[in-house]
Amino acid sequence: MKHLRLSPRWAPYALLAPFLLLFLVFGLFPLAFSLYLSFQSWEPTSGLAAMHYVGLDNFAFALRDEWFWKSLANTGWLALASGLPQHLVAIPLASFLHLGFKRWRNAVVGAYFLPYITSSVAIAILFSSLFSTDYGLINLLLALLREVPLLGALLPAQAVDWLNDPDALKPAISMIVFWRYVGFNVVLYLAALQTIPPDLYEAATMDGAGRLQQFFHITLPSIRPMIFFGVTLSVIGGLQLFEEPFILTGGKGGSDQAGMTAAVYLYRNAFDFNDFGAASAMSWLLFLVVALLTWLTNRAFRPRAR
Amino acid sequence: MAPWAAYCLVGLGTLIMLAPFYFMFVFATHSRSEIFSLPPPMWFGDDLANNLAILTKRLPFWRNLGWSLYVGIASTLLTLLFCSMGGYAFAMFEFRFKKALFALVMGTMLLPSFMNMIPSFMIMDLLGWIDQPRALYIPGAASAFGIFLMRQFVGSAIPRELVEAARMDGCSELGIYARIVLPLLKPALGTLGLITFIASWNNFIGPLVVMRSPDMYTLPLALRSLQSPVDTEWGALMAGSAIATLPLIVLFVLCSKQLISGLTVGAVK
Repeated sequence: MKHLRLSPRWAPYALLAPFLLLFLVFGLFPLAFSLYLSFQSWEPTSGLAAMHYVGLDNFAFALRDEWFWKSLANTGWLALASGLPQHLVAIPLASFLHLGFKRWRNAVVGAYFLPYITSSVAIAILFSSLFSTDYGLINLLLALLREVPLLGALLPAQAVDWLNDPDALKPAISMIVFWRYVGFNVVLYLAALQTIPPDLYEAATMDGAGRLQQFFHITLPSIRPMIFFGVTLSVIGGLQLFEEPFILTGGKGGSDQAGMTAAVYLYRNAFDFNDFGAASAMSWLLFLVVALLTWLTNRAFRPRAR
Repeated sequence: MAPWAAYCLVGLGTLIMLAPFYFMFVFATHSRSEIFSLPPPMWFGDDLANNLAILTKRLPFWRNLGWSLYVGIASTLLTLLFCSMGGYAFAMFEFRFKKALFALVMGTMLLPSFMNMIPSFMIMDLLGWIDQPRALYIPGAASAFGIFLMRQFVGSAIPRELVEAARMDGCSELGIYARIVLPLLKPALGTLGLITFIASWNNFIGPLVVMRSPDMYTLPLALRSLQSPVDTEWGALMAGSAIATLPLIVLFVLCSKQLISGLTVGAVK
């Protein structure tokens, strides 16, 4: 049996082999294949042999395609409208939970985090009933709030047609995305806050700094790396938004394509319009956008050179 | 801002976070016409059995639930096995191209999920895996996140000396993995297992692309197929959604700490 034993020299290769095999076949090969495909014209119904090289045609097609630009704009709008409020709410919320909650903290954090782990399809289906125009709970709630003085004036005067009005669809999607991910960010910021030494706050209190001053001069600078990380995750996540708009618009993108994100448009190009080449080209263009935006957030939050 | 006002806001926020779940379960017990009436139901009704009957008439619902469970369990077991082996190799051994390989694996974690949608459909088509559950759980086992989590944990929880000592005593390499590393990895395996199962349970894009016949649908796909522009059976749809959501809520209540720390581990480290 001795000669069958793995030597420590070969052991890592043997241990990694199953993972690497799958990683190559299902992780790396698809990427290379999709790059290859983006230079081909191909209709899946006519078999693999019907593929032929078309150079940059797919990319040119994508860049001239009105719906591609529209889907990019939709995606950007949604990423901003759902991403920014997440952080604007999660940062103060986390710092308040950090200072003001002891016994109930885990329960409260758990409640905020729960949407993150539940099925986005089930959630989107539920929300499509909550957003229904005549009987949906959200419109009923708005109707109640409209009776409140001052606040009522800010609200829309009629029941909102959330799912069919192109102007209302995007806010509806953003609300779901915000609801789903805000708790995740709260947890990130809580973890960052726990690394700030308490004596910093004590010293600041002794020097007469108020709570707000402490927030802006101690808390915010200390969690800056986490803000970078959280915003990067929101950018990457927001730009691949698929399930919520897909379910809310029945897989079509909504009236006037208002809910058609880039990922939904990719899917439609491939599986509704059978244009796999154009869809692959678009996925690479979109990838460039994601990479560029990640790089920009990286630059914006990098510690400044002194 | 006065502290009490802040407490009220946090409380209100907690309600907003939980309310949709409450209404999902309430609606699951009402008929379509009750859900869409004024005022809508605020408390549980008695139409659950009826909704389930519609659900099982329109869909092979229990079969769909079974596929979700089967794919979830298979994908969890495979991921745990392959990622613990790989993570251990990355953490404890020196070999050629280790750094570059690890960077490559981690790099794919940042890739947007839509990049894989089209080519993985084509690969599954070529392999003849369309409508096969293995098209869902085998690719999932090459999890970059799993490798990351396992390597992190091996590095922090398993002393190098222990592995060396076992090697000196004549334990084989696979024996070290199976008898020393795996038992010590239990907490991390639990976390990764939970996360993998939940991700597989919720997976929508994967089955959307490869599952064609309703008999092979997993839950999210089955639920979405009930949606139609004209006569959606909302009560049944809510009952199905509630069934898809309930196991996750139970898992979360039981292991919220483990889940939260596991899902944010990349950020905290």
